Amino acid sequence: MDLIVQGIIKAFELIVTFDPEVLGITWLSLKISGTATFISLFIGVSIGTAVALNNFYGKRLVISLINTGMGLPPVVVGLFVTMLIWRSGPFGFLEILYTPYAMIIAQAIIATPIVMGISLASIQNLPPNLRLQILSLGASRLQMVWILIKEAKLPLLAAVMAGFGGVISEVGASIMVGGNIKGYSRVLTTATVMETGKGNFDIAIALGIILLILAFIINALLTQLQQRHYPR
Amino acid sequence: MKSEVLMKAENIILQRAGVTVLDIFELHVQAGRILALIGPNGAGKSTLLLMLAGLLKPRQGKIYFQGSPIETRNDLAMLRRNVSVVFQEPLLLNSSVFENVALGLKFRKIPKEEIKSRVQQSLEYFGISHLEKRSARALSGGEAKRVSLARAFAIKPQIILLDEAFNSLDPPSRETIIEDLKRILEDTKTTAVLALHDREETLRLAQDVSVMNSGKIVQTGTTAEIFNQPDSEFVANFVGTETILEGTVKSCSLGNIVVSVYGQEIEAIGDCSIGQKVYCCLRPENVTVSSRVQEKISARNVFEARIIKIIRQGFFNKLILDCGFPLVAYITIPSCEDLGITQGTTVVASFKATSVHIIHREK
Repeated sequence: MDLIVQGIIKAFELIVTFDPEVLGITWLSLKISGTATFISLFIGVSIGTAVALNNFYGKRLVISLINTGMGLPPVVVGLFVTMLIWRSGPFGFLEILYTPYAMIIAQAIIATPIVMGISLASIQNLPPNLRLQILSLGASRLQMVWILIKEAKLPLLAAVMAGFGGVISEVGASIMVGGNIKGYSRVLTTATVMETGKGNFDIAIALGIILLILAFIINALLTQLQQRHYPR
Repeated sequence: MKSEVLMKAENIILQRAGVTVLDIFELHVQAGRILALIGPNGAGKSTLLLMLAGLLKPRQGKIYFQGSPIETRNDLAMLRRNVSVVFQEPLLLNSSVFENVALGLKFRKIPKEEIKSRVQQSLEYFGISHLEKRSARALSGGEAKRVSLARAFAIKPQIILLDEAFNSLDPPSRETIIEDLKRILEDTKTTAVLALHDREETLRLAQDVSVMNSGKIVQTGTTAEIFNQPDSEFVANFVGTETILEGTVKSCSLGNIVVSVYGQEIEAIGDCSIGQKVYCCLRPENVTVSSRVQEKISARNVFEARIIKIIRQGFFNKLILDCGFPLVAYITIPSCEDLGITQGTTVVASFKATSVHIIHREK
């Protein structure tokens, strides 16, 4: 019991005093996961929308594949990305293994199918005649797609939340491709794993709390955006 | 007198999954007139509307707008900019009523000030100016329908296409929306094509009617032609066997009106003004047939009639009568025998003023 209480007290100390190392780790986590989510947003929403709006042979198979991708195990992604950027791998010349770039790539691969799957479902969920109605009002195809995306804003923001939530809490791929290098590629989750292993529960708890607070703030902001209503 | 043809569809064939869903030899939309496409569910009315709107490409055949065929992408864009579609569901975007009505104008890159005045004018037409700043998601069904109509009219289309526009509305809002739409179509002289399946709506709104069945147009004519001279059993069944007579109100007092029909006078009740054009509708079960004129009878309408045709309909007979105007009556087989009714004989047909249903035609 003492261990936990001591740990929590120390954790708050670290947070309140803005411990430079903890702050650095937090900032890096935000940068990497934020960038990865941003990238996944572009790829996921555009491919998801394209699949939703077009009819083609094998569409169901594609949707099944995307939905499977939503549950992609991070360690598998980690393994895959590591092999690709390994010194003798096909992208070895880039020399990005154990860098934040590799982590962004891995996290984007994890988040993209999540964003894609949810955007696909949300665009499909709009009334089928809506796009005809928009086209009939004189919209170009691009304008029509943009309006549909705006109409699906609510579930699309849910997609962003799910994507970001998935990567900020992910540890397997980050540790494999990032290497948990102090001050360079160490993020909240990888640091928590390491500190727990070393028995430094106080730091681990502090990192865990920060991770939770961070996830809460980001989601609260997005929820605010999502639930904004027009006056009745 | 035929007016100018604004839109035309010729030799249209559309197939879906190998099945022909549309096979239109010819459809003309006259400028300034209101055409109703009527027919049962699945007849292809909505599909035809989408095609006229340039939202669906026929496999074969051509759509002509103002005399020129729609062939290239530019033609299609031109067509879409001149046509407005109102779907069954209001399909409003999740923003304010103003933004929704302004949508088509924004696509046309019209200056802000003009958008504002045109949106306000369109909202005023439909009596919903007070909703301008409201969220489209907070509207009732009738209000949402008005907004979607206002959105369609705001772009000042040459043709407006309405797909079963009044279906999901409760009777009072349906009633007022139909009245307003009719007035606005007349005021703006907008050409309209309406997919309808309600007979009364057709009579009230349309000047021309095309009856559709399994993807084909089976009869086209003026509203009166279609209702009184159906040229096939299908059309006759679909428009109903009711007697529908075009007439002009001759006199009107205390809610009692006299309508002049083919030189005869029919008494009815209703609120009309003298000279107004109306349809007198009469259900066949409300017509009584007797062998000679009764001395005292409460029915206000008594006519001598010649029997044109007797059609057996299960347990009763349908009589087609000629009283100087066509009249349909149902009578049971025993009474047919009692009265000794045969083709060509003369009988007396009577019906009460209260059983005549009056529908107002255009002014």
